Amino acid sequence: MATRTWLPAAEIPPSPPLEKGGTRLSAAASVSTIAAYSASKKGGAMTTGILLQLLQTLAAILLAPLLLGWVNQCRAWLQGRGAPPLTQPYRVLRKLFHKDAVIAHNASPLFRFAPYMIFACMALAAGIVPTFANDLPFSPAADAIALVGVFALARVFLALAAMDIGTAFGSLGARREMLVSFLAEPALLMVFFTASLISHSTALPTIVETLAHKHFVIYPSMAFAAVAFWMVSTAENARIPVDNPSTHLELTMIHEAMILEYSARHLALIEWAVALKLFTYSALGIALFLPWGIAARGDLAALPLAALTLLVKMMAGGAALALLEAVSAKLRLFRAPEYLGTAFMLAVLGMLTHFLLEA
Amino acid sequence: MPPSFALSAAGNVALAWGGVLFWLCLGFAALFLQRARGLNDLIFPLGALGALFMAGVGIAGVLGTPTAIVLPIGLPDLPFHLRLDPLSGFFLTLLGGAAFGVTLVAWGYFRSLESGPLALIALWYHLFLAGMATVLLADDAYAFMVAWEVMALSSYFLVTSAHDQPEIRRAGFLYLLIAHVGAVALLLCFGVLQGGAGDYTFNSMRLAETTPYWASVAYLLALFGFGAKAGLVPLHVWLPEAHPAAPSPVSALMSGVMLKTAIYGLLRVTFDLLNIQLAWWGTLALALGLISALYGVIFAAVQSDMKRLLAWSSIENIGVILAGFGLTLIFHTDGKGALAALALTATLYHALNHAFFKGLLFTGAGAVLHTTGERNMDKLGGLMRVMPWTAWLTLIGALAIAGLPPLNGFVSEWLLLQAFLFTPGLNQPYLNMLIPVATAAVALAAALAAYVMVKFFGVTFLGVTRSGVVAQAHEAGCRERIGMIWLAAGCVLLGLFPAQVIGWLAPVARQLTGHTLPNDGNWLLLAPLDAERASYAPLLFLAVVAATLLLVFVWVRRVYHGHVRHAAPWDCGYPEQDARMQDTAEGFGQPIRHIFSAFMGVEREEPDPFDRQPRHSSATLDQIWFFVYLPIARLSNWISAQFGRLQHGSIQWYLIYSFATLIFLLVFVTG
Repeated sequence: MATRTWLPAAEIPPSPPLEKGGTRLSAAASVSTIAAYSASKKGGAMTTGILLQLLQTLAAILLAPLLLGWVNQCRAWLQGRGAPPLTQPYRVLRKLFHKDAVIAHNASPLFRFAPYMIFACMALAAGIVPTFANDLPFSPAADAIALVGVFALARVFLALAAMDIGTAFGSLGARREMLVSFLAEPALLMVFFTASLISHSTALPTIVETLAHKHFVIYPSMAFAAVAFWMVSTAENARIPVDNPSTHLELTMIHEAMILEYSARHLALIEWAVALKLFTYSALGIALFLPWGIAARGDLAALPLAALTLLVKMMAGGAALALLEAVSAKLRLFRAPEYLGTAFMLAVLGMLTHFLLEA
Repeated sequence: MPPSFALSAAGNVALAWGGVLFWLCLGFAALFLQRARGLNDLIFPLGALGALFMAGVGIAGVLGTPTAIVLPIGLPDLPFHLRLDPLSGFFLTLLGGAAFGVTLVAWGYFRSLESGPLALIALWYHLFLAGMATVLLADDAYAFMVAWEVMALSSYFLVTSAHDQPEIRRAGFLYLLIAHVGAVALLLCFGVLQGGAGDYTFNSMRLAETTPYWASVAYLLALFGFGAKAGLVPLHVWLPEAHPAAPSPVSALMSGVMLKTAIYGLLRVTFDLLNIQLAWWGTLALALGLISALYGVIFAAVQSDMKRLLAWSSIENIGVILAGFGLTLIFHTDGKGALAALALTATLYHALNHAFFKGLLFTGAGAVLHTTGERNMDKLGGLMRVMPWTAWLTLIGALAIAGLPPLNGFVSEWLLLQAFLFTPGLNQPYLNMLIPVATAAVALAAALAAYVMVKFFGVTFLGVTRSGVVAQAHEAGCRERIGMIWLAAGCVLLGLFPAQVIGWLAPVARQLTGHTLPNDGNWLLLAPLDAERASYAPLLFLAVVAATLLLVFVWVRRVYHGHVRHAAPWDCGYPEQDARMQDTAEGFGQPIRHIFSAFMGVEREEPDPFDRQPRHSSATLDQIWFFVYLPIARLSNWISAQFGRLQHGSIQWYLIYSFATLIFLLVFVTG
């Protein structure tokens, strides 16, 4: 199954030319790209790819709470408090996993199924997004649009589980979450579209490849997209200014209100999924807007350096998040649509800019 | 053409006509044998088998070459022409596939009726099916209009089957009125298409040379006529009235299949009968489709009646389908055949998906309505514990319509977004500006659809029971369950095997646009243009999610423990909780009403401070009704009143009228 261009050249501009040195990274089923390698290496490359994929997913799952711990630590410093240790999220998870689950009498199976589903969705998302290495075997399974779909699937399950017990706060949280997401989700999609218009592909590895391994080009559209992406990520990850993860006021809660009825292992899975989501969004932001340093396909030697640069970028990103949270306040609920509407408009503007200036 | 696909000597079209006759016979058998015992258990299962047969013929029809027959029925010198080509075959498959599940549900749903009303419903139901199938097969305007009327009238009688309620009679009247206004437009459209030749067969219309002016007139008439049937804003007002009024299996058929016959007609007229297409037609359809999609989904979000909510959601989906149609036209007229094929595939895929998930949702809502007698979601809740089968199957439909992977709604949405994304350098600069905005509108509609479905499913099936009606609720019968399982399986399979479905759709795309999507034989990976540009592998997707789920489950259970304690809901320790504290349907829609209040009229009823039993309520009104329909109604009333002045009831005046007419005619004739 060789890659081929079957469309007349006039219809779709050719894919951006690649640098001489860079390996051509394709989102085409890894099977196809691997076919380009010599037959003797074929099996080896496939195995390496799968190993790398598993390694990256596992690393994301294991390291995600660390990022959350780092953000919390930075925030505590900025607020002049004594900071909890970096490993605090792990301790919380450990504690939660050891407890007995308390479940409401009237909980349906959906309620108990949802945490597993949410965790699985986030794990899949973490596997798709190029974090350390680009072009992983899972990548062809889902492109940028499907990634948005994965997040939406997890969110819908969380919202339904919140409505399952039939408490006041649960349905309040579900309603607010869906309110935030119906604007955040298309805005995120628009950000991806801006990036995919530049790279002529919605496959994440191709997008990252185009942005990372080409000559340095300034895309004005990506500036709009970056601002929109930041705004959307704060909303999707239930951070200030849309939601406050450390709130104790039920009436202002969004995400926390949805998980009030969860306890023990179910809560642990959801908390872990939240950390994983923050990690995935950070990795996504880095891959789209600061992709330099990511390891090219099959380039195992570049992996340590890639991991190091990722670490630095993540730390900087986490610190920036904490800083912005420290200096801003949570918006009133009905200001949130305006905030997200702005993000949406910026993302659409990014697309228009692409057509005006870059096409 | 592979001859193996021609199932009979006279071709597939004869088989399809046989299926139509079979349905007609079933309908009349139900009427004449209404005293026979166990009739219901015979008629509906046979009708379902007929639907399955039709689906099979449709599948073969897509793959085979077009076949046609001429039937010596109808008026002298005006025989029925029937033809089965890939386009008809596709919609016939859609009809058969959805109707099989829905008819099984109808078998259970109508079981409790008495023999008289049951016989009538069975008659109209099968006439409705036969009418829709004949619309798809018709190859001349005469047969088309006859079938169109059979479809409209039989569905009118089905909608008004509970005609003792005045609001149902009103809904039925509105439906009949708009259906006929649309039918008049279609008649005029065919009149324009035949171009003065006097030959109303589609074949002669294909050959007729139309000028751009007359082609545009025909297109606009078709858009109006078919738009009225499809529920295109602003011709949608009958939909939210007729769907709740009809029995649920009928709503499922009307929404899932009948609206698609309008899409079929639009495709047929635009791409097949008209020999030129203009670019602005596509822009118009795209704009109208997007307006319908957004308008429909916003109104769906604020409904409390579950069937009305689903009806508004149908308006949204038809809007998305029409937007895809518009995009196809834009690409087609711009000379980008491959992209037109992609957009057309997305459009057809969404039409097929909508038949399945909307059928499923309407039958799920019907099961709830059947057992509780309540359509108002504010009185339901907690049904998942009483009717788990219905709830889980409806959940599949809800997730599918919300466009979530790996179900079928996501596939068509994905394809449509891909079609939008690969629009570099259209020849019209304004289109290049329009496309990002249109993409944003599609994305917004899809995200709002998720909101609507969380509301629909959460308020109806989850939470705590809000009223006593749920106490006597019981699970849907096994006939209904089998029907719903069929529809749910359709949603899952269409979601998991998109590459196969798209491969099967290739002849339709070739027939209409002259191009097909490449089929690289990779059954796992959906890559409509090029795997480098975009790919989606739902099976792999599902496998990864399922494997992770299983691993996490086993790991959590093994490494830790499975201890569970049951307790009262916590809810932050509030002691006094009752079912009224949950969000009602109205409450869940409140943010949307707040944000989009500019687009809708809201009628509030505020309680008086001294009221002993205060009640707060608000109703959302469709402004189009007040700004478009009521002025037209007033105008027609006024005109009728002016004509009414001629009526005096006194003989002298009538004699003068006759005399004046005579004089006028004499002058006219002699002069």
